[in-house]
Amino acid sequence: MNPRQLRLGFILATAGMLLALVLPVSGEAAVSWSARPIAPALMLAAALLFATSAWSGGSKAVALGLAGALCGAATTLVMLADPAIAGSAAAGFWAIVLAVWLAAALCVMQLATIRPRAELVRRALDLAVPLLFGAVVFYLWEVVVRGFGVSPVIMPAPSAAAARFAASLPILGGDFVQTFVRGVLIGYVIGCGAGLLVAIVAQRFEFLGRGLLPLGNFFSALPLVGVAPIMVMWFGFDWPSKAAVVTLVTFFPMLVNALAGLSSAGHMERDLMRSYGADHRQTLIKLYLPAALPFIFNALKINATLALIGAIVAEFFGTPTQGIGFRISTEAGRMAIDMVWAEIALAAIAGMAFYGLVALAERATTFWHPSYRT
Amino acid sequence: MVVLPINIPRCANIVRANRIGVCEYLPMASQMRRSLKPDRPGDTLLADERELFVARIEPGRIMGNKADAAREPVPTSHRLAVDVRNVSLTFATGDGKVEALSNVSLQIADGEFVSFIGPSGCGKTTMLRVIADLQQPTSGTLLVNGMSAEQARLERRYGYVFQAPALFPWRTIEKNLKLPLEIMGFSSSEQKQRAARYLALVNLTGFELKYPWQLSGGMQQRVSIARALSFDPALLLMDEPFGALDEIVRDHLNEQLLQLWDKTGKTVLFVTHSIPEAVFLSTKIVVMSPRPGRIVDVIDCSFPRDRTLEVRESPEFLKIAQRVRAGLRAGHSYDE
Amino acid sequence: MTNSALALPEPVAGALKRRPLVQRYAPIATIVLVLIAVWYVAAVLMNLSLVRDGFEREETPYTVSDLLAGTMSAERPLLPAPHQVISGFADSVFGYSPMAPRSLVYHSAVTLSATLLGFALGALLGIALALMIVHSRVLAKSLLPWIICSQMVPILALAPIFIVALGAMGLQGLLPKAIISAYLCFFPIAIGMVKGLNASDPMQLDLMRTWSATPRQVLSKLRWPSAIPFLFASLKVAISISLIGAIVAELPTGGEAGIGARLLAGSYYGQTIQIWTALLAAALLASGLIGLVDIAEKITGLRMGARP
Repeated sequence: MNPRQLRLGFILATAGMLLALVLPVSGEAAVSWSARPIAPALMLAAALLFATSAWSGGSKAVALGLAGALCGAATTLVMLADPAIAGSAAAGFWAIVLAVWLAAALCVMQLATIRPRAELVRRALDLAVPLLFGAVVFYLWEVVVRGFGVSPVIMPAPSAAAARFAASLPILGGDFVQTFVRGVLIGYVIGCGAGLLVAIVAQRFEFLGRGLLPLGNFFSALPLVGVAPIMVMWFGFDWPSKAAVVTLVTFFPMLVNALAGLSSAGHMERDLMRSYGADHRQTLIKLYLPAALPFIFNALKINATLALIGAIVAEFFGTPTQGIGFRISTEAGRMAIDMVWAEIALAAIAGMAFYGLVALAERATTFWHPSYRT
Repeated sequence: MVVLPINIPRCANIVRANRIGVCEYLPMASQMRRSLKPDRPGDTLLADERELFVARIEPGRIMGNKADAAREPVPTSHRLAVDVRNVSLTFATGDGKVEALSNVSLQIADGEFVSFIGPSGCGKTTMLRVIADLQQPTSGTLLVNGMSAEQARLERRYGYVFQAPALFPWRTIEKNLKLPLEIMGFSSSEQKQRAARYLALVNLTGFELKYPWQLSGGMQQRVSIARALSFDPALLLMDEPFGALDEIVRDHLNEQLLQLWDKTGKTVLFVTHSIPEAVFLSTKIVVMSPRPGRIVDVIDCSFPRDRTLEVRESPEFLKIAQRVRAGLRAGHSYDE
Repeated sequence: MTNSALALPEPVAGALKRRPLVQRYAPIATIVLVLIAVWYVAAVLMNLSLVRDGFEREETPYTVSDLLAGTMSAERPLLPAPHQVISGFADSVFGYSPMAPRSLVYHSAVTLSATLLGFALGALLGIALALMIVHSRVLAKSLLPWIICSQMVPILALAPIFIVALGAMGLQGLLPKAIISAYLCFFPIAIGMVKGLNASDPMQLDLMRTWSATPRQVLSKLRWPSAIPFLFASLKVAISISLIGAIVAELPTGGEAGIGARLLAGSYYGQTIQIWTALLAAALLASGLIGLVDIAEKITGLRMGARP
């Protein structure tokens, strides 16, 4: 975006901040500024920073703008602590929020267009832009929910969910162990291992491979989480049935991908091994398996997500006393939505960490593949 | 489960087991199972045990230490490196039969550098693949180093260089060189020595820890040649190895290949579609033509072994090149 | 030592095996038959103790053949035999009028409607988002990492919340389920389309630049056609996810209609065959839907000049 638009944007933000000093902040009784002097002080500081950033340009504008946005955000959060404002915020309050939003959006847009030459700065920016974007989204969520007084049943504020998260760590820990360590990990290892072994056998005997590949494709598209009630009937309510569901769900993607990977070795390389008089076992270990690693890791990444989903959904069908899915469905029934969000945050963290570990392992072992060298 | 060697007289087994005790015999016997695949160096055989395990099959198949086999003199009846008699290869396609090779006969002596030249589809690659036992002929006989093509392959008597380097991208250059040695069972110290020696032979010392994509096309092809030589085969089969490289690199590699051949004294079978390359490198040129694949002419060249690229402007060179071209025309290679 | 002539013998037997149709379907058919045989054996083994206990409780004398027959026709088997599942399926589909609450057709229609609505919404949103991301560098850098992260989060876990929240807002029935399905399939479609729109050949992009094509023309004439294969691949993934979403969305409120509701009811009341028939219906729905997308892909391909 060109400097003029940037300048105009920051001028608008300044105007918004100053307007908030004049407009009513709360729908209820008038709030006296003397009771809480920090609020107007922060607002003035924010307005000053916006004005300075409108006057300077380039990267200084971004830094000043971010600082101003922070001040504005702090103002609103301080204001929300006042019960007169929370739940019935009026035009002045929203003017501050809009000004902060505008300033943050301008900073994000400006940062996204910078193309630095240094590798480290570029990586830092690649991390900073989405993080900033996410922070803005979370801030808006918090402010809108608390400012409008949205019922916590429909949507709790992130701070409430975070507080609940911190307060119920033992429960969350127990749920995590039940679902993730017992259900997901065990099922994942068995399912992926079995898929790989069957693929190796199927590649050896072409007849078997030609029959299994279409079947594997067919089964991986089916809603296999639906077998959860059957698994509960066979293995009982506890974690073995969840592990069985995860095994089934992860088996087929691994089978299909591993078969594709094992057949991906080129004709020349196969002739080469034949010219060395290598037997099938040697060719498998030295050629087929390393060439199949990119495909196997693709399946491992897909399965990481599928496994977690499978375990949680399987718990919707019945679980004795703990588990992420169990907690979500029971707390949702009890309308304790902040606990539900805390569990979702736990599931999200677990899912991202799991995926990240698999991706790291992939990076370490398949660094040689052309897709990394573009 | 231990499988005892099958072609040893039973009494020899029993005697041996008695002599050294069953607990010592069983592990040796399980190792012997592997040594039924011939030429597996590094086996821990005692010198006086070796005679006990000589197979009663073909004379060419001597088990034991690979070093011993290399030191043995080649029997006079096997002086011909390759002996092809009336080999034909026909395969069926959707539009009828295609005669890739039609009654081809050829004798190649040890130490020769033989080029196969012809247009695409004349069967020169097929000829090479038949000799390498990567394809089987439909009729005719074929002897490689005095044994059938399949046995030659199982006894690792030749090294094959493809059109593309075919290096494994997940192995470093050194590990790529060690690949055939690992399969054939060389000890790890021997593997290291050979990898270093042959890498030096193609002038690529210092690149051991690089990965294939970090090398240029010409360097990758040199690594491929070093890999084919690393287990000391008697025969080197090369299928248009320099076809994908530009002319300058090609000339340079031609010179290097000649020096390599001079130094190692191997028999080289070289497929190309470049007339100057064929005439420059070979002691014998086999001109082939397509539809059906057959040999049109066999030309002997006798340039000095230490020739350089300048020989390509000499009148003898041009005369032989003309003869090659005449052969190609006679075989209708220049027709539509 | 010489080799005798290596002429290959003319294959006489096995001429049947070389016919293309047989060659193509023999492996699958064999494996399916083997699986069905294994299923029967497993059914016998798993239901044996159940049936034996039943006989002993009623103190009736039984023979081995009675036992075997019993395992094949138990009312609440641990593992129903294939013919039991098929007959139960036929009963639920043909035995009731399609609108009756017990008919499997009715339940499948409920789930199918939620799936299709959600799929349509999700596809539109996903494509729109992808178009925006491809044309705006800001959106690409800020949104794309979050979309990729969301793939790792078990989004299906959000289903109960959505149902409760939307229920509190007064939305019930078809719409919340469709919204959940839409939410689930919108992310894979967005990512697939972003990949597809960025996958045009760089040489062809340069060509468009030499002709001073506007971004709109580049989109409609180059980027969109090159993205079609990616679009169909992600549509296939999206439609199966959408079906799973519709099924799971029926669980939290103890829903009364839909395949998920049937699964839940079956598991609560121990009606094994009901569970299996519901699963069979879900499997048929899934393969039918993916088959439809496949046909659409083939038709589009033929019209765009792909090789038949």
